[in-house]
Amino acid sequence: MDKQKIRILIAKVGLDGHDRGAKYISQALRDRGYEVIYTGIRQTTDDVAKAAVQEDVKFVGLSLLSGAHNQLFPKVVEKLRELGAADIVVFGGGVIPADDIPFLLEHGIRAVFTPGTTTDQMEEFIRTVMEESA
Amino acid sequence: MGQDQLKAQQERWEETTLKKFATKTPERLPKYVSASSEEVATLYTPLDCEEGDYLSDEGFPGEYPFTRGVYPNMYRGRLWTMRQYAGFGTAEQSNQRYKYLLSCGQTGLSIAFDLPTQIGYDSSNSICEGEVGKVGVAIDSLYDLEILFDGIPLNQVSTSMTINAPAAVLLAMYIAVAEKQGTSRVELRGTIQNDILKEYVARGTYIFPPKPSMRLIVDTFAFCAKEMPKWNPISISGYHIREAGCTAIQEVAFTLADGIEYCKAAQKAGMEIDAFAPQLSFFFNAHNDLLEEVAKFRAARRLWAKIMKERFCARDPRSMMLRFHTQTAGCTLTAQQPDNNIVRVAIQTLAAVLGGTQSLHTNSRDEALALPSQESVQIALRTQQLVAYESGVANTVDPLAGSYCVEALTDRIEEAAAAYIAKIDGMGGMVEAIEAGYVQREIQASAYEYQKAVEMGERVIVGVNKFTVKEAPPSGLLKVDLGLREVQIGKIERVKAMRDAVQVQATLGRVEAVARGEENLTPPIIEAVKAYATLGEICDTLRRVFGEYQSQVIF
Repeated sequence: MDKQKIRILIAKVGLDGHDRGAKYISQALRDRGYEVIYTGIRQTTDDVAKAAVQEDVKFVGLSLLSGAHNQLFPKVVEKLRELGAADIVVFGGGVIPADDIPFLLEHGIRAVFTPGTTTDQMEEFIRTVMEESA
Repeated sequence: MGQDQLKAQQERWEETTLKKFATKTPERLPKYVSASSEEVATLYTPLDCEEGDYLSDEGFPGEYPFTRGVYPNMYRGRLWTMRQYAGFGTAEQSNQRYKYLLSCGQTGLSIAFDLPTQIGYDSSNSICEGEVGKVGVAIDSLYDLEILFDGIPLNQVSTSMTINAPAAVLLAMYIAVAEKQGTSRVELRGTIQNDILKEYVARGTYIFPPKPSMRLIVDTFAFCAKEMPKWNPISISGYHIREAGCTAIQEVAFTLADGIEYCKAAQKAGMEIDAFAPQLSFFFNAHNDLLEEVAKFRAARRLWAKIMKERFCARDPRSMMLRFHTQTAGCTLTAQQPDNNIVRVAIQTLAAVLGGTQSLHTNSRDEALALPSQESVQIALRTQQLVAYESGVANTVDPLAGSYCVEALTDRIEEAAAAYIAKIDGMGGMVEAIEAGYVQREIQASAYEYQKAVEMGERVIVGVNKFTVKEAPPSGLLKVDLGLREVQIGKIERVKAMRDAVQVQATLGRVEAVARGEENLTPPIIEAVKAYATLGEICDTLRRVFGEYQSQVIF
């Protein structure tokens, strides 16, 4: 797996400004050799989907701590489909109650990472997805 | 015993007693560090605090440099205010929660607003989808605030409002509600956070660029100095900077550097330092490292007193008093084994109280999972009450003073924070340091190092990277109703149908005219609020004049 060829967009959707986690994961994945783009805070779902297509990424990681994930995460998936980019893999993270995870998975979010997740676990997910699509 | 003799004895002890013991029981780690990655020594002795003098460095509580506390008898005279940050859903739901908290013995209110309110959008704005009522209560107009405080006499409680970019608007609404209750603004006690600088580096609810934001803040200083003597027009906040991952030293440095910037701006606008500085208040984080945190609060008090006296030439001792609110560190709460968080919060509560806080919010155990349930909130409040009434630590003033370790840490934090502030001064001040991305990069570097140490297992988090168990997902979490946005939109429509549209336009026109000029913006905002102009309408008016801040992505 050539990590340098794997491009990942880490995005903050909605109005939430807590981006310690998003920045950490961006830097940690970059330090492990992936090409990572971080959007900054307060992005609309449209902005994120368009940026993902423009930047030609394989993954979009959405971070949200305000509780608006059920409304906003599936919108990014929908928008990517509209843009003909259904192959882009969307995952999410943040303060997300366990009860909400099945809903998100049903709506096209491939994985949800809650507090305590390590970079190793995230890399394992990336590797699994890459092997499936190889 | 002289210092030389002590030094010789300490060296002897290290070479003989300690060394001999360590051959059988060596230290567990090659290096011991604090929660802020500061190295901690095996032992502290008078040699570590030999410089300085008790009277000039510590002195007496209630007197300069206030190291030992801002009040002479501290908690023997009055306990800290127990103030739980709360708010969710609609004004009706939050009003019920406040009444519940007051009935449990809470002594002040602390209002959490949802993100649309904090960023100056009406709930009807499409950008607010999914966010209405989520992390706090949704306020669109004076009508919502009237419901929020229904049955709560504002002449009897003090109220803290976590609101920054639109702080002047919420202050105006609070004044309007109080006046409807028959309480005049001069009697009102409370705080607006109103600290925009930390929003740019850590919290993210900015609207306008720095310059007009500073003007809005200085306008509220001038207004409160004249009309609201018991009100704190700002809570200069290190809390969120610490949550973003900075160290204890950086928390003190960046918070006080922000404070300096606000004082400079107010002086530039023609205010005398002693006219507004007694009303400045602060807000710090209580993190896990008990001794470091106590030292941090003491160092911050001493450093601020010196800055006010030496740099700003304040003469009123109240200008030199760093009065502060504290919140336990949300970032230390774990989603794993969440009941362990009760213990973390208890230790952090001790840090805040031993550090001499004026008010305190204790986090609930379930906050890494969701908004806190009522049961969790009660345990959090009870934690404060246990420390206040059962632990005994509130019975005497600044009980850890004179501990060689705590005094050495206090000196170290003060010195290192002062060095940071000198560096920021060299850049031209905090606005320039933020625009250059310096502060953001410093925070980010500390946050990254911390988390890396957690992942490597160098830093132990109980239940996360050590002592883990398999556990079932937690139940009983609070859920916010998804239909809230529609409820709020309905309310806005009713308000708009009821109000005098001509008067609304006239008052908004006046806000715009004053924003373009130099008069104080607070009075015209009060008029607009009283005419039931919405928060979004007022903020949009200001957006037209001031523009919006475009953040730079730094990582």
